[in-house]
Formats: sequence, C-alpha cells, structure tokens
Amino acid sequence: MTVGEWVRNTSVYRSVIRHGIAPTNRNRSLIIFENLFLHVHPVKVREKTLRFTHTFWLGGITLASTIILVATGILLMFYYHPSVPQAYRDMKELQYVVDNGVFLRNLHRWSAHLMVFSAFLHMLRVFYHRAYRPPRQFNWVVGVVLLLLTLLLSYTGYLLPWDQLAFWGVSVGTNMAKQAPLVGERVRFFLLGGNIVSENALLRFYVLHCVVLPVALLLLISVHIWRVRKDGGVQGPPDDERRSL
Amino acid sequence: MTTPIEIIESDDPLANPWRVALVRPDGRPAVHETDERYVMTFPHLILREIILFQVVVIVLSLAAILFNAPLESIANPVETPNPAKAPWYFLGLQELLHYFPPVVAGVVLPALVGICLVVIPYWRVNLEGAPLWAAPSRWKAPAIAASVILLSILFAAFSCWPIVIPTVIIGVAMFAAHAVRPGGRWQWLWGVTLPEWIMTWFVVIAVVLTVIGTFFRGPGWSWVWPWMDAPRG
Repeated sequence: MTVGEWVRNTSVYRSVIRHGIAPTNRNRSLIIFENLFLHVHPVKVREKTLRFTHTFWLGGITLASTIILVATGILLMFYYHPSVPQAYRDMKELQYVVDNGVFLRNLHRWSAHLMVFSAFLHMLRVFYHRAYRPPRQFNWVVGVVLLLLTLLLSYTGYLLPWDQLAFWGVSVGTNMAKQAPLVGERVRFFLLGGNIVSENALLRFYVLHCVVLPVALLLLISVHIWRVRKDGGVQGPPDDERRSL
Repeated sequence: MTTPIEIIESDDPLANPWRVALVRPDGRPAVHETDERYVMTFPHLILREIILFQVVVIVLSLAAILFNAPLESIANPVETPNPAKAPWYFLGLQELLHYFPPVVAGVVLPALVGICLVVIPYWRVNLEGAPLWAAPSRWKAPAIAASVILLSILFAAFSCWPIVIPTVIIGVAMFAAHAVRPGGRWQWLWGVTLPEWIMTWFVVIAVVLTVIGTFFRGPGWSWVWPWMDAPRG
C-alpha cells in the first residue's frame, strides 16, 4: 500500500471524500456527482465530444484564462490603490519593488487579451457549428452577454494603471458613449463620476472591475456551463449530429 | 395506432403523484436508442481539462516572462497623445469613427451588431441550415444582388472602403457558390448557408477594421505603413 492509498483510506479523508479508492466505474461516477464543482459534468460523456475538433476547447481556454485572471487579479489588488497619483506609483512599485510584480502584471494583462480573443473565437465556433439551435438558444444569448461582460471587464481594467495609454484609451471610448441619443451624456457622467476621466472615474472603474463585473461574470459563467449540460452536452459540428439523429 | 393518452396536470400543491410511467402492452419502455460510445467523465474528460488548464497556464506564463505589458508615463489630461487609441478590440469601432458620424459609429452600428447576435437562434433561416442556393427561388438571386449593391453604395457614400471591398468580395463569392460544380475542389462553397455568409462578412469586416486601426493609423488618424518609421506624436 502506497502512502497515497493509506492517506485516502484514513477516516478523516473518507469523511471528506466518501467514496473508496478502488478503480471501479462506481467510484469514478461518485467522483463526479459527489463533488459540487465536478457536478456540472454528467458521469459519462459521449466519446466524440472529447475530440479536439469537436469544440477546439475554446470555451475551456476562455474559462482557464478567467481563472488565471481572478487569481492574479486578487494578488494585484493587494498592491493597488485606486487613487491619483498612487495608482501609477503602484505600477512602478510592481515594477521595481514587489517580488515578481512585473510577472504578475504581465500575466494578468496577457490573460485578459487571451480571454477576449478566445471568447470571440468560441462564439464563432459555436456559430459555424450551428450549436445555437434548439434547445441551446438561450445559452447562446447568455454567451453574448458574457462576451459583452468580458469586453467591459477588459475595458474597465484598462484604466487602472493610470498611465497615458489608459487615460486616453478610456477617454476615446467614453467619448463614444456620449454620442448615444438622450441618455449618452448621463451614462457617461454616471460611469465617470464627472465630465472628464478623473480620479472619480478611476474609483468607479476599480469597483466595477474588481467587484460588480467579476461577480456578474462568475454567476453567468455558472449558468452558461450548467446550461451546457442541461441542453445535452457540448455540440460539435452539425454533420455528426445529423448522422446520430 | 395507439390512442393518445390524455394527460391531466394537477394544480393541487398537496397532491403527491406517484405514477412515474405507464407502460402499455403495445408500447416499449425504452425512450431513446443510441449507438453512441460513452466514456467515464473521470478520468477521460477531467484529465483533459486539467491538461488544458496547465497548457494555458504554461503558455501565458511564457508570454508573461518574454513580453512586458505596456506602461507609459503617468496620465496627463492636458497632453493628448497623437493618435489616442482605445484597446485593440475597440479599434475597429474607432476606425469606424473615421468614416461615420459619431452617433452611427459609436452607438448605431455596435447596437445593431449586438441585436443581430442575440436574435440569431430565434431566426428561422438560422435554424434550417440549408445551403444558400439549395431551394430554387425566383426572387433569391435578385434580392441578394440588390442587397449587396445597396450596401456597397451605402458604405461607398461614406468612403468606407474597408467595408465596401469585403462586401463586394463576399457578394461575388455568394454568386460563385451558385456556379460551383459538384465533386470539384470548391464544392464546400456550395454548402455555405445564408447566415454563414452574413457572419463571414461581419467577421472579415471586423478583422479588417481592427487590423487597420491597430497597425495602419498614425498621428491624426492618418494612414501609415507599419513597416515604415512613423513619426510618433
């Protein structure tokens, strides 16, 4: 008996993970449906859905980058003050003082780009595979809202370093919002907490970026993934669907 | 044929229904038969998910080691950089601002894109999946030709060539699909559905606009060639 097997047979471990260690299909089933998180999966999956070309794992890549973003984002929050000019100084602190601060910021930045890009590709994959068809119509709509949330998250995060790039990038974008008839000016004032991008805007974008939008995103991701299972699992190319009907 | 079973759904919250199935002598309890192969989620799917996550972490970590995130000097509201650019995923929109009044580029077109995306699964033509020219119809070719020509004229009126050119190319390709011979190299073109043509049109335009906005725009939103030394404002 290996150490691992001994540990997994102790009464403490068994109080957490109830099923035994025998490599039986019953235990493999229990691994899935006795776990809150793995429970989004059925106990068995169609073999062909595991093929790379079935989904290109694009939703998975998007989720993986989301997880990395949450992890690195929480670490970055420990070093960040949403105020002017401390926000910019914190970037310099990350660069010169914080251990691996540059790596942390780079990882957050590139993960954000990957998330936008893979979410977009995921949408195209679902479209060209016609995987939005009944019963999956509503999950497509949830996905469109998720794409919008992804863009908003990326955009609100863009302001936080408070450098020239951030300031003018956000100024350009919010000037576009101003053009909306009737509500444009009000929406812009509401978003920025003023008429120009200022430290009020920085604080609002910070709260949106770190609390409001991530909570909304994680809730909707849960709905999205849960619906994938409820709607019969991931849907691949339409041809093999036709064959199976 | 069997007579249809009448189903009465109870509205009594105290009722405790207990009949789960009614199997009649002339029916079978099997609901659905399938010859698909199934595998256990653990380990087959779970291990692949873990590997996928690790690959994403490794690739992003390498990117984070090799390339630094940009950081310019501290924000200065009185010193406008030229050009002032939005993040790359909004540069397509910013490029549109060059051609259209701000209310069109910043509000009308993005709202149209959003609405079109949401209604996709509720539109019948998107559900059928029939190739564009599958069902012969007298009005189809003239309608498509008219749409392509009208859209091209509309966007040409704003001198928005990054939209006009893909529109014309996609329009020509739609009619080329009508002419392809079965069994040839281009047979797949025949199978493309109308919604796929429209989405491809949208994606090509989005990519073209984003690439132009990202790489080909310099001071004053003038055209620059990225391989030439652009004067930076």
